[in-house]
Amino acid sequence: MSVQVWTYLIVGLTFAIYIGIAIWAKAGSTKEFYVAGAGVSPIMNGMATAADWMSAASFISMAGLISFMGYDGSVYLMGWTGGYVLLALLLAPYLRKFGKFTVPDFVGDRYYSNTARTVAVISALFVSFTYVAGQMRGVGVVFSRFLEVDINTGIVLGMGIVFFYAVLGGMKGITYTQVAQYWVLIFAYMVPAIFLSIMIAGNAIPQLGFGGTGSDGVYLLDKLDNLHKELGFAPYTTGAKPMIDVFAITLALMVGTAGLPHVIVRFFTVPKVRDARISAGWALIFIALLYTTAPAIATFARLNLINTVSNQAYAELPGWFKKWEKTGLLAWMDKNGDGKIQYLGKKANGGDPFEGKKPEFTKEIGKSGELLMSNKPTDNANELFIDKDIMVLANPEIGRLPNWVIALVAAGGLAAALSTAAGLLLVISTSISHDLIKKQINPNISESAELMYARIAVGVAILVAGYFGINPPGFVAEVVAFAFGLAAASFFPIIILGIFSKRMNKEGAISGMITGLVFTAAYIVYFKFMNPAMNKPEFWFLGISPEGIGTIGMLVNFAVSFVVSRITPAPPEEIQELVDSLRYPKGAGEASAH
Amino acid sequence: MEKAKLQEYWKINLGYLIGLLVTWFVVSYGFGILLAEPLNAIRLGGFKLGFWFAQQGSIYVFVVLIFVYVALMNKLDKKFDVHED
Repeated sequence: MSVQVWTYLIVGLTFAIYIGIAIWAKAGSTKEFYVAGAGVSPIMNGMATAADWMSAASFISMAGLISFMGYDGSVYLMGWTGGYVLLALLLAPYLRKFGKFTVPDFVGDRYYSNTARTVAVISALFVSFTYVAGQMRGVGVVFSRFLEVDINTGIVLGMGIVFFYAVLGGMKGITYTQVAQYWVLIFAYMVPAIFLSIMIAGNAIPQLGFGGTGSDGVYLLDKLDNLHKELGFAPYTTGAKPMIDVFAITLALMVGTAGLPHVIVRFFTVPKVRDARISAGWALIFIALLYTTAPAIATFARLNLINTVSNQAYAELPGWFKKWEKTGLLAWMDKNGDGKIQYLGKKANGGDPFEGKKPEFTKEIGKSGELLMSNKPTDNANELFIDKDIMVLANPEIGRLPNWVIALVAAGGLAAALSTAAGLLLVISTSISHDLIKKQINPNISESAELMYARIAVGVAILVAGYFGINPPGFVAEVVAFAFGLAAASFFPIIILGIFSKRMNKEGAISGMITGLVFTAAYIVYFKFMNPAMNKPEFWFLGISPEGIGTIGMLVNFAVSFVVSRITPAPPEEIQELVDSLRYPKGAGEASAH
Repeated sequence: MEKAKLQEYWKINLGYLIGLLVTWFVVSYGFGILLAEPLNAIRLGGFKLGFWFAQQGSIYVFVVLIFVYVALMNKLDKKFDVHED
C-alpha cells in the first residue's frame, strides 16, 4: 500500500478512537467538566499529563533543534523535564489539598483578593492562547505534509475533532483521549528511533545507541565532533552558547513548566494528595521516554544527513532529498556550479545559504535537476538550506523504513498537537466560565448554566485558536519564550510563597506578580519586537537572552513580594489557618468549588 | 491536629525537600552545565560525562527523585497519622 493510503487509514483509525472515547466520557457536571470528577487514577493522569505536555514542538521540532544545536540543545531536555520535580515536591500535593478547580482559584482565595484573581486570569489566558495558536498551526502542517491537503483545511479538520471531544466531555473527555493519544505518539516516536538505532549503532536501545560506535568502530559522537570541526560548525558535544545563558534558559523553562496553568490543573483531577505526588512521577517517566530518545535521534539524524549530502553530487542523492525539497524544507543553491552540495558552518566560510528565511522557488529547474530559487545568494560558501523539522519528519524515509511507519509518524504528530491544544482550550474555557463568570460576575449562577457557559467558552476558544492557526501572527516562534517567561515570573513565585510562607499577604503577592510580569514582558518586547537589531549577547542584561530572562523575572517577583509583605499587615487569621491545612494531606476528600 | 506535631511534620518535610532539591540542582545545573567542561574529560563509553548528564543522566535522576519523595512522604504521613483514609 502507498504512504497516502496508509496515512488515511492510520489517521482515520486514531480519530475514530478519539471520537468513541468522547461519546463514552460525556461530562454531566461542572466538576466532571473542569477536573474529570477528581476521579482519574494516578497512572492515567500521568499519561494524560505527558500527552498534554508534549506538543507538536516536542514531537516534530525538538530532535531537529538538538540536532543543529548539539550540547546547547540540552536546555530543552533538562528545562522541559526538571520542572516536574518542582511540581511534585513544591506544588502538586498542596494544590490538590486546596481542592479547587483552577490556578486563579488558588491565587484569589489564598490572597483573599479579586484583584489578584483577575491578574492571574489574564496571565492564564495570555499564556494559553499564545500556546494554542502554535498547536493549531502544527495540526495544519502535519495534514498538509502527509495528506497533501491544504494547511487551512487541515486546521479546520483538527478544530472539528477537538471541538467534538472538548465540548462534549470537558476535562473527562480530554483526559481519556489524551491517554490514547499518548500511546499513539510514543509508539510513533519510538518505532523509527529504534530502527535507526539498530541501523546506525547496532543497538536496539536508542538511549545507549548514540553513545556507541558505528560499523567502523569509531564512537558516533566523536565522529560527529570531527565532522563538525571539519565543516566549520560549533562542536557538537560542547556547544557555543555562553554558560550563564544556558543556565538561565534552563531555569526559566523548568520554572515556567511548573507554572503553566494547563499542567498544574492536571493535578486537580486525581482523588488524593498522595496521588498528586506520584502522578507527577508517572508523568515524568512517560515524558522521559521521549525526551531521552530525542537526543539519540538528533545524533543519528545529524550524522546521516552530513554523510548523505556533504560534498555529494546532487544528481546522485537518494529520492527523499528531492521529495522534501518540494516542500521547501530542503533547498540547494549551486553557488559555485560544481553540481555538488557544499554544506558548511560559520567557521569554514559558511552561514545562511541565501537571503530570506525560506526558499522561494521559481518553478525552473537547474542544470543538476535542482529547484531554482529567486532568493539572493549570500557571499559565503554554504549552499544548503535545511529546516529543523525535517529531522523527525523525514527520518523514516532517510532510514528507508516501511510505508506504515511514515503514516504512523503523521498520526503521532497529530496526537501530540491535538492533545496539547485540548488541554489549553480547557484552561481558557475554565478561566472564563468559572474564574470570571461564576467567581466575579454572577456568583449565583446555576450548575447547569455554568456548564453551558463552559461549553460555549470552549467552542469560542476553538474558533479563535483556529483563526490564529490559519492566520498565524508572524511572531508565533517568538511568543513561546513569552509563555514560559511569564509563567516563571508570575505564577510560580506566588504559588510557592502562598504555600511555604504564612506571612505572605495580598499586597506582597500582587506587587510581586505585577513587577515580575512587567519586567519580563518589557525585556522580551524590547529585544524581540522593538529593537531586534540589538538582540545580541553584548547588549543583554548579564548576558541573558530573552529566552532566559524569566529567571530574572522570577527573582524580581520573589524579592518584591518578600519586601512588600514585610512592610504591610499580615494576612488574616483564617488565611494562616488555610495555609496550615494545605500542609498535611488528611481530609483532602473531594475537590469542591461550592 | 495539634500545632506542635504539625510543625514537626512540616519541618521533616522541609528537610526532605532541601535534600532532594540540592540533588536536583547538582545533577542538572552542576554536572550538566557549570561543571560540564571538566566532567567532559571523563568518558562513559562514547559519551563525555558532562554531555551525558545534560542530555540523559539528569533526566533519569529527576524521575528517581520524585519516586524517592513519594516513598518518604507516604511513610511520614502514616507516622504522623495525617494520611488519607
